[in-house]
Amino acid sequence: MAVETHYIPAQPKARTSTVVLGAVAIAALLAAPFVVYPVFMMSILCFALFACAFNLLIGYVGLLSFGHATFFGGAAYFTAHAVKVWGFEPLAGLLVGVVGAALLGLVVGFLAIRRQGIYFSMITLALGQMFAFICLQAPFTHGEDGIQGVPRGHLLGLIDLNQPLAMYYVTLAIFLFGFFAIWRIVHSPFGNILQAIRENERRAISLGYRVDRYKLGAFVMSAALAGLAGGTKAIVFQFATLTDVQWQMSGEVILMTLLGGIGTLIGPVVGASLVIALQNYLAAYDFPVTVLIGVIFVICVLIFRRGIAGEVIELMRRKAG
Amino acid sequence: MSTIFGIPAPALYGQILIGLINGSFYALLSLGLAVIFGLLRVINFAHGAQYMLGAFAAYLLLNYVGIGYWPSLMLAPLIVGAVAVVIERTMLSRLYSLDPLYGLLLTFGLALIFEGMFRYWFGAAGKPYSPPAQLAGGVNLGFMFMPIYRGWVVIASLVICLGTWLLIEKTRLGAYLRAATENATLVQAFGVNVPRLLTLTYGLGAALAALAGVLAAPIYQVSPLMGSNLIIIVFAVVVVGGMGSILGAIVTGYMLGVLEGLTKVFYPEASSIVIFVIMAIVLLVRPAGLFGREE
Repeated sequence: MAVETHYIPAQPKARTSTVVLGAVAIAALLAAPFVVYPVFMMSILCFALFACAFNLLIGYVGLLSFGHATFFGGAAYFTAHAVKVWGFEPLAGLLVGVVGAALLGLVVGFLAIRRQGIYFSMITLALGQMFAFICLQAPFTHGEDGIQGVPRGHLLGLIDLNQPLAMYYVTLAIFLFGFFAIWRIVHSPFGNILQAIRENERRAISLGYRVDRYKLGAFVMSAALAGLAGGTKAIVFQFATLTDVQWQMSGEVILMTLLGGIGTLIGPVVGASLVIALQNYLAAYDFPVTVLIGVIFVICVLIFRRGIAGEVIELMRRKAG
Repeated sequence: MSTIFGIPAPALYGQILIGLINGSFYALLSLGLAVIFGLLRVINFAHGAQYMLGAFAAYLLLNYVGIGYWPSLMLAPLIVGAVAVVIERTMLSRLYSLDPLYGLLLTFGLALIFEGMFRYWFGAAGKPYSPPAQLAGGVNLGFMFMPIYRGWVVIASLVICLGTWLLIEKTRLGAYLRAATENATLVQAFGVNVPRLLTLTYGLGAALAALAGVLAAPIYQVSPLMGSNLIIIVFAVVVVGGMGSILGAIVTGYMLGVLEGLTKVFYPEASSIVIFVIMAIVLLVRPAGLFGREE
């Protein structure tokens, strides 16, 4: 009880500061393309959404998927194909990508949740590799070439996305939509049950929850949101290639989330920004990016498990007493 | 020329042999994974990298020191095993009290470091490594032509698998290992140095991977990426077999290797995904794996 009375007054304060921070962040994002190269910002937004979608599983259900590239890269292919070959309007193309990713998520999730813990990771990795092989051979993905020259088109037939600023603000809107959706899921009764499963799965079962359905539901949502990120990336960069479906991409999204902070809403955004910035910076040098990514992995796991956002939150909590 | 199901017999036998060879490597690697997982509760993602390091150790010993195949078969596993012991002491041992996922993430990071560095130093292209003179050439078995080295790999890996199984099931050290897997605290109370046992096990598992790497060097080319694609297939093998049983890992490895070889004959398009498809079917029918226990 003492804890509760101590905690309750702190909450409204935390909430106003969150709102202020959120407003500042959105203002900064609105102003960003006038300061930073828009394509770079859009790349960050796509990967940040991807990492947030991934974090929905690892952070709030405790499931480490090692195959999330399937949904990201798969949706990129679907959207690219719908827009380029079928001539879909960009938003409809994105919908194709999201639905496709959700269906893939349904299949992969259905198989993977049959095993727990570490096996879950291995199964998602193996099924992801299988999907990458299928993408290599299927005719519509054009194998090693990928789908090139995807038209950005006109959003709803009105807004010309070939204009960098228009594309940027649409990407930002998609990102905010996805971020808000994840925030809603996490703070819903459904999200609370997910966290209960993460904390103590047996207890959740004994309380009468059909844990497998909740896990599968979360998996499909995570896959669909990863697909939203992947489809957006295909329209922004106007191509979809094998890089996006391979296991290295699954590894990268894990790193982004781990570095930023697993189980925090803002962490994956921070992690994705840092990793993309780092890759951009290192592209000019000879030094292999993989080695650096590996080193960050090792450092994070050994001494920095809360991630950047996690450490900051912990610091603030300690200061607050 | 005789045919079986419309396929020329030599082609069929040839693919079965290739399947047996791939299966040998699946078996050796999943065996090492199972030994490590059994005691440490860590999925060693660096297993593929350690296999690659074994092949590179043999290649470097030959080209820079002039040490040939046979001594490398001993030296490479020792070197890689020593590196693994250092990794276990300095890093992995800090993670035992945490969620096993952190062990997976740590070894994944290590795999990226090893592969990235070797790719940086030696490039992505494969490097040839000739089999030793004693095992060069081939023999005609009457129904097919068999390169001697390939026969040697199948036999050698069978012997290694059997040896490891005997070590774990029939020796005193193996008894300690199995006991510590069941209840580490109790075994420690009996005066067995469990932390040292853990270190030794990780070293042994990595040495097995390196040994597989040396065996593989003359068959597949030595390249920095030779391990990373293999390890994912081996993960699928492990899911199919279940990691509860050493023998299960071995049998599943060979079986899936041969099945993959047969798929290459009858339906080549599916050969790269057949193991994953089998994994999916096993998950549907028997989620704990063919030899696994429900935990």
